[in-house]
Amino acid sequence: MKKAIISVRNLVAKFGNTIVLDKISVDIYPREITVILGRSGCGKTTLIKNILKLYQPHSGSVKIFDEDIIGMEDQDFITILKRIGMLFQNGALLNSVSISDNIAIPLEQHTDLPRDIIDKIIRVKLELVNLDHAMNMTPSELSGGMKKRVALARAIALDPEILICDEPSAGLDPLTSSSLDELILKLKDLLKMTIVIVTHELASIHRIADRLIFLDKNRVVFTGSLEEAKASSVSEVKTFFKAGRFE
Amino acid sequence: MQLLEKKLFLKGRLDKFTVPEKLKAFQKLPRKEIHYIDLSQIEMIDSAGVAFLESIRDALSEHDPRIINARADIKKTIKIFTSKKVINRVSMVRENLFENLGSAFLLWWKSVVDSFKLSADIVFWSIVGIFDRKGQRKGSVIVQSLLIGVDAVGIVSLLSLVLGLILALQSAAQLRQFGANIFVADLIAISMVREMGPMMTAIIVAGRSGSAIASEIATMKVTEEIDALKMMAIDPVRYVVVPKFQAITICMPLLVTVSIFVGIIGGLIVAVTYLDLSVVSYFTEIFAILTFKDVFIGLMKSVFFAWVIVIIASYYGFRVKGGSEGVGRVTTLSVVASIFWVIVLDAINSLIFYF
Ligand SMILES: Nc1ncnc2c1ncn2[C@@H]1O[C@H](COP(=O)(O)OP(=O)(O)O)[C@@H](O)[C@H]1O
Ligand SMILES: [Mg+2]
Repeated sequence: MKKAIISVRNLVAKFGNTIVLDKISVDIYPREITVILGRSGCGKTTLIKNILKLYQPHSGSVKIFDEDIIGMEDQDFITILKRIGMLFQNGALLNSVSISDNIAIPLEQHTDLPRDIIDKIIRVKLELVNLDHAMNMTPSELSGGMKKRVALARAIALDPEILICDEPSAGLDPLTSSSLDELILKLKDLLKMTIVIVTHELASIHRIADRLIFLDKNRVVFTGSLEEAKASSVSEVKTFFKAGRFE
Repeated sequence: MQLLEKKLFLKGRLDKFTVPEKLKAFQKLPRKEIHYIDLSQIEMIDSAGVAFLESIRDALSEHDPRIINARADIKKTIKIFTSKKVINRVSMVRENLFENLGSAFLLWWKSVVDSFKLSADIVFWSIVGIFDRKGQRKGSVIVQSLLIGVDAVGIVSLLSLVLGLILALQSAAQLRQFGANIFVADLIAISMVREMGPMMTAIIVAGRSGSAIASEIATMKVTEEIDALKMMAIDPVRYVVVPKFQAITICMPLLVTVSIFVGIIGGLIVAVTYLDLSVVSYFTEIFAILTFKDVFIGLMKSVFFAWVIVIIASYYGFRVKGGSEGVGRVTTLSVVASIFWVIVLDAINSLIFYF
C-alpha cells in the first residue's frame, strides 16, 4: 500500500451554519491522477480550498507531505504551498498585468532566480500550453479557454510536486481539452507530479484517471480505480457512468 | 560545481532553489575552458535548472558546450523544459525617426477624427432627442440633471464663497491704500462672471461628473453591456451619452449662476466688514459695471465647457481597453484631458472676446 501524499481525515467544512462537507476522509496518492467528481455545488471546490487552507476547516485534520497543516504557522505553510500548484475554477489571472507577469509572479515571490532564467521558464511554460504567442497580452485579451491554459501555466510555474486543477476543461473545446489531458499525463509520467483534478468529462476521465473520488450529499460515496468505479453498485456512480453526467 | 579537463561537472539538485548560487559559482569560472557540461552527478532537475543550462550555454555560445552523461529521466525533463523556439535575440524592426513621427501623427489624427465623429453624433442625437425620446433611457434626463446639477450645488457654492472671499481679501489691502474701496465690487463682479465662475464650475463638474461618465461608459464597455446594447439595435451614444449631454447643457449655466452669485456674496462679506462699504453701494456698483455681454459670454462659455467635458468623458469611456484597471485609467485620462481643454478653450475665448 502506497503512502498518501495528501491525507484528509474527518474534515468538516461549513459556511455559516450550513455544513458543506460532513466528516470527509480522502487520500491522495503520489504520482497518481485523482479525479474528484460530484454534482455542481456538492463541495468539490470547498474541499480543495480547505486542503489548501484558503478556507479554514471547521474540524478534522489535513496532512500534506506527512505534515499536519491545520495548526501550522503561516510561515511554515508557505513552504508547503510552494510545492503545490493550483488552477482555479475561474482561472483567477490578475487582470492588471500581462500574461508573462502573471506567470512571473510565483517565480519572483518564491525564488531568487534572476530575470533571464525567469523569462526562459515563462516561455517554456507557455509553450507547454501552446500560448507562447500570447506572452505580452493581458488576460482581458484572451478567451476563456486561453485564460484557463495560462492559469495552468502559472500553476506549474514552480514545477510543483502536487498540481490541483479545479474544472480545467470546463468551457474548453474537445480538442483543447484533450491536449490538456496529454499535458497532464506528461506532467504525471515524466515529471512525476501528483495531480488532483475536478472534472466531469467522461472522455477525459477515461484518458487520465488513476483513481476516482465521488462526492455526494456532503460525503464521499465512492473511492477507487476507474475499473472499480464502473463496476460499482453505488447508485450515484452508476448513474454517472450510464448517463455520462449527473442529471 | 567543478571544472576538470574541459568538463564542467554539476552536482546534486539543479532546481529553482539551487540555481541562484550555481549561477554565482559559474560567473567565477574561466569560460573558455568549458567544452562539456557533465550531468552525471545531477540528482534532479526542474524547469529553472533547464533554464540555467540554457543560460550558461548562451553565455558560452562561442564554442557551444555539449551536455553529456545525463541520466535518462534528467534528459526527459530537459527535453520537456527546453524552449522549442531558437531564442531569437529579439530583433525588433526599428522604425526610423520619420516613420515614428508619421505613425504618431496618424494615431493622433485618427483620435482627432474619432472625437469629432463622436461629437457630431452626440450633438445630432441630442437635438433629435429633444423631439423624439426613443432609444434613450426613460426619465434619464431628469435623473442626470439631479446627479450633475443639484448634487453639485453644495460644493460649487462652498468653493465659490471661499473664492469670492479670497479675491476680495487679496485686493482689499491694495484698494484701501488708494481709498478705492468701492472697486472691490467691480473686481469681484468681473472676475467671477467672466472667468472664475465658469472655470471653477467646469473644473468641479469635470472632476465629479466627467469622471462618472467616463467610468460608467468604460465599465459598460468592459462588461460587454455596450455590445449587448448594439445587439439590441440600441445606439449606445443615444442611450448612454445623450441624456447626460442634455442634462449638462441645462445644469451648467445654472450652476455657474449659483457660483457667480455666491462668489459675489463672498466679496460682500469682505466689503462690509473690512472695507466699510454698505450692502446697497456694493450691489449698485456691481449692477453698474456688469454688462449683458459679460453675463452672456460667461454663461455661453460654461455651456461650451460642459459639452467639452461630456464629449471627452465619453470619448475616453468608449476607448477603454482591458478589464477593471482600464476603467480607472481612462477615467483619470478623461479628467486630466477635460480640465486641460477647458483651460485652453477659456484662454482662446478670452483672446477672441476681450483682447
Ligand atoms: N463563499 C461561500 N459562502 C457561502 N457558501 C458557499 C461559498 N462557497 C460555496 N458555498 C456553498 O457551498 C456549496 C459547495 O460549493 P462548491 O464547493 O463551490 O461546489 P462545487 O462542487 O461546484 O465546486 C454550495 O452549496 C455553495 O453554495
Ligand atoms: Mg467548483
